[in-house]
Amino acid sequence: MIMADKDDSIIAVKNLKKVYHDGETGTTALDGVTFDVRKGEFVAIMGPSGSGKSTLLHLLGLLDEPTSGSYHLNGKNVKSYEGDEIAAIRNSEIGFVFQAFNLLPRTTVVENVKLPLYYSSIPEHEWDGRARKAVEDVGLGHRMEHDQAELSGGERQRVAIARALVTDPDVIFADEPTGNLDSKSGKNVMSIIQRLNEKEGKTVVLITHETSTADHAERIIRLLDGVIDSDTRVRNRLTADDEYVK
Amino acid sequence: MTYRHLLKTSLTGLATNRSRSVLTILGIVIGITAIMLVVSLGAGAQSLILGEVQGLGTNTIAVIPGQVSTSPTNVSALYSDSLKPKDVTALENKANVPGLVSLMPVVIGSDVASYGSNTYQVTIFGGTSLMADIFNLVPSEGQFYDQSDVNSLSDSVVIGSDVAQYLFDNQDPLNQNIKIKGRTFRVEGVLPKSGGGTLFNFDSMVLLPYTTAMTYVTGQKFYNRIIIQAVSDAAVPATANDVRLTLEESHNITDPTKDDFTVETQQTLANTLGTITSALTWFLVAVASIALFVGGVGIMNIMLVSVTERTREIGLRKALGARDRDILRQFLLEAILLTVIGGLIGIILGAGLAFLIALVLSSGLHVDWTFVFPWNGAILGMTVSAAIGLVFGGYPARQASKKSPIEALRYE
Repeated sequence: MIMADKDDSIIAVKNLKKVYHDGETGTTALDGVTFDVRKGEFVAIMGPSGSGKSTLLHLLGLLDEPTSGSYHLNGKNVKSYEGDEIAAIRNSEIGFVFQAFNLLPRTTVVENVKLPLYYSSIPEHEWDGRARKAVEDVGLGHRMEHDQAELSGGERQRVAIARALVTDPDVIFADEPTGNLDSKSGKNVMSIIQRLNEKEGKTVVLITHETSTADHAERIIRLLDGVIDSDTRVRNRLTADDEYVK
Repeated sequence: MTYRHLLKTSLTGLATNRSRSVLTILGIVIGITAIMLVVSLGAGAQSLILGEVQGLGTNTIAVIPGQVSTSPTNVSALYSDSLKPKDVTALENKANVPGLVSLMPVVIGSDVASYGSNTYQVTIFGGTSLMADIFNLVPSEGQFYDQSDVNSLSDSVVIGSDVAQYLFDNQDPLNQNIKIKGRTFRVEGVLPKSGGGTLFNFDSMVLLPYTTAMTYVTGQKFYNRIIIQAVSDAAVPATANDVRLTLEESHNITDPTKDDFTVETQQTLANTLGTITSALTWFLVAVASIALFVGGVGIMNIMLVSVTERTREIGLRKALGARDRDILRQFLLEAILLTVIGGLIGIILGAGLAFLIALVLSSGLHVDWTFVFPWNGAILGMTVSAAIGLVFGGYPARQASKKSPIEALRYE
């Protein structure tokens, strides 16, 4: 098990459990998970379906509350946050990338990227500049005013990444980001995520069931039946070809 | 979230589901249109009726036999023969009613008039020459009878246009003799067609001196009305009061609640008619409100469907940092925008329809009908439609805001 230094960890979970109650019976999705993630680390979480990886990501992303155990984000116990504070942290400290992109229909690329800013405390005059820069950063400057429906799957996922970055969060949570993409678009997206991690120091926690995707990370946590099965460093880390980043 | 962006977000949400938005507001449009139409037509009818009443002259006072019924127990007082010739003598005494300028006893009856083999059911309207002044009656042929006809119980009559047409076909009725109750009357004047739009339909009337009518036609010894003209509009209340006191004395009545007559001024008549028409209008508004309520339930229905359909969008917004109240406001504003837009369309549509109806009535049917833009209906309509958005959009918006983000993101 790899434990980071206390001061250095951005995510620290201890004995995290999640039980879903369905009538009389309860389903244990997570059965005591403990690990730390260093600031700037790139971690992939793998596991077969039903292993609890999605549940774990939802807990880490403050979309759900654990049944028991503790979770410190940026050194603060998230249990102390109230409803509106949780929304504010989702907005400013966390960026989400989903498998299904989840862009708003009939909305342009730049407007989609602006969406988190509506809910932020960032002054309005910075919004347009920030959104445009985020779109440029994922290589879609030429698609700025296009309706998202005109874009390919890979391009849409890049818009979603730009949206996750626009509030400049510390952590990016990605839920099967390449799951709906062909391998070429998938590599392209992974190279962007990798660059964010390396060049901009973003902490990345990514869920995947594809080894080829997971091997872009520094470290792989494998879950099985709600517990950590293994936690290893990636030996031969894949580096996405820079030619896809355009 | 700033209000400007909230508005933008809600408008985008509505535009994304355009056909559903249009269907949703239909119920509100119909409800508000109905209310606007009813209020506008009600106001038009009111101004028509009041215009007719005021056309009779605002310095006119009418004395009606019996008491205006205030409870079922005194229905018997409704019909009365209490107005007698001695009352007229008492009223004409300057000492009793100083504000009185002129007075006209009125006798009303119904009988069959005949000319040759033609017969026609007519209304007998007995009065004096004052009748021509009060109702603004100008014969198209011949002339009106005068005071000497009244004094001499003459057989001169003035007939309405329908009477002339049915009895005489295409002949000239002037100076011809018609028969009522076996007695012969000479047609001295014919009135032009007044149309159906007036309060009194003179077209089927035979107008004659009240003295003649009482003696030879109806055979009654009392009057159906006494019409009094006051010296001025300002003198009407005092004169009406003098009339009441004089008649009480003449009838030996000491308790005013036991009066066997009613003194009516144009003002009280106008008030009564105004009350009736506005009560009728508001009753119809209440009926139209049911349509609006159904429209509101429709909004709630569609908004609930919309919230379910957009579960993923709600989950996404929450994941990106939207607070519960941001979601609540977004969906509430969408509902209010829908109802307010529906209300605006309804106001324009309702006023437009009312205008068309006014146009048809005034130029097509020659009714003196004026279009009234119902400001009170418009304000009511806007308030009610915004309130409907708030009330019926509130529950779905609350449902939306309470959705858990992961449930929402998982939703397919």
